Amino acid sequence: MAYDHATPDTMSLTSTDIHRLAQLSRLRFDGPSSDLLQQQLNAFFAVVEQIRSVDTKGVLPMAHPIDAMPRLGDHASGGMHLRLREDLASEPNQREANQRNAPAVERGLFLVPKVIE
Amino acid sequence: MSDQALHLQSLVDLRATLATKQASALEVAQHFLHRAQADAHHAFLAFNPEATLAQAAAAQQRLDAGDTSPLLGLPIAHKDIFVTTDFPTTAGSRILEGYRSPFNATVVQRLSDAGMVGLGKLSCDEFAMGSANENIAVPSAKPQAVTNPWDLSRIPGGSSGGSAAAVAARLTPAATGTDTGGSIRQPAAFCGITGIKPTYGRTSRYGMVAFASSLDQAGPMARSAEDCALLLSALCGADLDRDSTSLDLAPENFSVSLNSHVKGLRIGIPNEFFGDGLASDVRAPIDQALQTLVGQGAVLVPIALPRTKLSIPVYYIIAPAEASSNLSRFDGVKFGHRAKDFGDLADMYEKTRSEGFGDEVKRRIMIGSYVLSHGYYDAYYLQAQKIRRMIADDFQAAFQQCDLIAGPVAPTVAWKLGDKSDDPLANYLADIFTLPASLAGLPGMSLPVGFGEGGMPVGMQLIGNYLQEAKLLNLAHQYQLLSDHHMHTPGGAA
Repeated sequence: MAYDHATPDTMSLTSTDIHRLAQLSRLRFDGPSSDLLQQQLNAFFAVVEQIRSVDTKGVLPMAHPIDAMPRLGDHASGGMHLRLREDLASEPNQREANQRNAPAVERGLFLVPKVIE
Repeated sequence: MSDQALHLQSLVDLRATLATKQASALEVAQHFLHRAQADAHHAFLAFNPEATLAQAAAAQQRLDAGDTSPLLGLPIAHKDIFVTTDFPTTAGSRILEGYRSPFNATVVQRLSDAGMVGLGKLSCDEFAMGSANENIAVPSAKPQAVTNPWDLSRIPGGSSGGSAAAVAARLTPAATGTDTGGSIRQPAAFCGITGIKPTYGRTSRYGMVAFASSLDQAGPMARSAEDCALLLSALCGADLDRDSTSLDLAPENFSVSLNSHVKGLRIGIPNEFFGDGLASDVRAPIDQALQTLVGQGAVLVPIALPRTKLSIPVYYIIAPAEASSNLSRFDGVKFGHRAKDFGDLADMYEKTRSEGFGDEVKRRIMIGSYVLSHGYYDAYYLQAQKIRRMIADDFQAAFQQCDLIAGPVAPTVAWKLGDKSDDPLANYLADIFTLPASLAGLPGMSLPVGFGEGGMPVGMQLIGNYLQEAKLLNLAHQYQLLSDHHMHTPGGAA
């Protein structure tokens, strides 16, 4: 396909950016994998750059497809929209079953390293 | 039909075999279980023979009582992205290895209620992120890429690669899959089977491990459109209390309209799907299939989907953005993997996630964090969401001129294992024909239309307007009445 794989432009991510994003993502990368990642993300964002020149003036952002289903609401009561259920407890209490997968539990509580001294 | 070995029968045939008592539900379950457990394609990740046989026995009781439900007693295997009480659920990730869900996904439960018998769990790309099923991290002791039953040196496609390979190798008559950017349609095409991704909101996402919530959608994968119609009728349905994106629609029987004639049906042919990027060995069988349909009275209408190329950057901004948010729940606290040695809480999070996630998942989390971060949100994420609407609008303009759209599923046939595994971008670019319908939330399907380079299957994609699944299945079924590509079985599976 016509995309230019190799030439990231001036918007390139630096190794400092990678470090900052890793912190935001709660991930850690050693030197070589951080370098490879930087190279891969820059190749990716070189392809992404083309979206910046698209004229989107007046276009509403589309967060989910139901937002774009035109007039489908006519044939279903309530129509096509995101719903929230009533704020009532509808699930049974399954604390034990739910905590069976936890790495560390004590007396029904999830254990984590000390946060407050 | 019923003279054939059980594994060569379609769901419809198998149901007749059960009804005429040529085999019991237990015999059918055992037959497929034996095949699946001897699987050389690494398609299956988990079995629970005790549960499988118990379900088969329960189904047989219903059969004996005269229950005529169309899926009763038929085997199904589930992509390991659906949570299940009978089997472990990993989503292909080390971070969930050993996880056992306290509940079933709605999709799994609906098929179980219909009387289907669960055979096991199927391999997939980690968190459904991939187009080759090479991003598989479990079992962590020895993760194995799934192989394509038509050529063991090739990928089955992804992310529902285990589902596609298992159906193609006749290890199960049907499987569930999920499609975020093509993950049902592309592996179905690469393995020579039929699969459909319904309209966004048709199938419940409750209990589907979330990748990109505004795109993820479950659907069936089987040999024929007729079988997919049966499965989709059972899968679709409102799940109003458990999925806020579930559409409030009455159940629909997709089998009833399979035999409508296609005379006068206007099939839109997007110019952008048939350009330089499409391999000639893929194009030829698609052109031929379209001519077959023209012979039945369908009309080909040239249409334009001018933002097809933009769907790649738009999708690969939106999906990772949603993934980075969804995957923040994997922190080693409430479930899943936790690192052994750590200092404070942040250290525990970082070590746990760095050990638990594979490279592709980490890349997408990083992309997501970037496009959502201060200073880049408007330029990337918001801009992508605006272009997403323009892509959806392009489809609506196209559907003014045609009833449905046809084109390729992928630019080439399945490639060799390892060919693109070091080049994430090359994988992304190969998704070009499936991404537009995903972004718009439209139903799309893949059906086998022939063979290309290396004797590998070629799939044709059909895209319909919202809630028009019946039209897709109808056209696919009418084609399958006139062709036998969906009946071909790879060498090792007969």
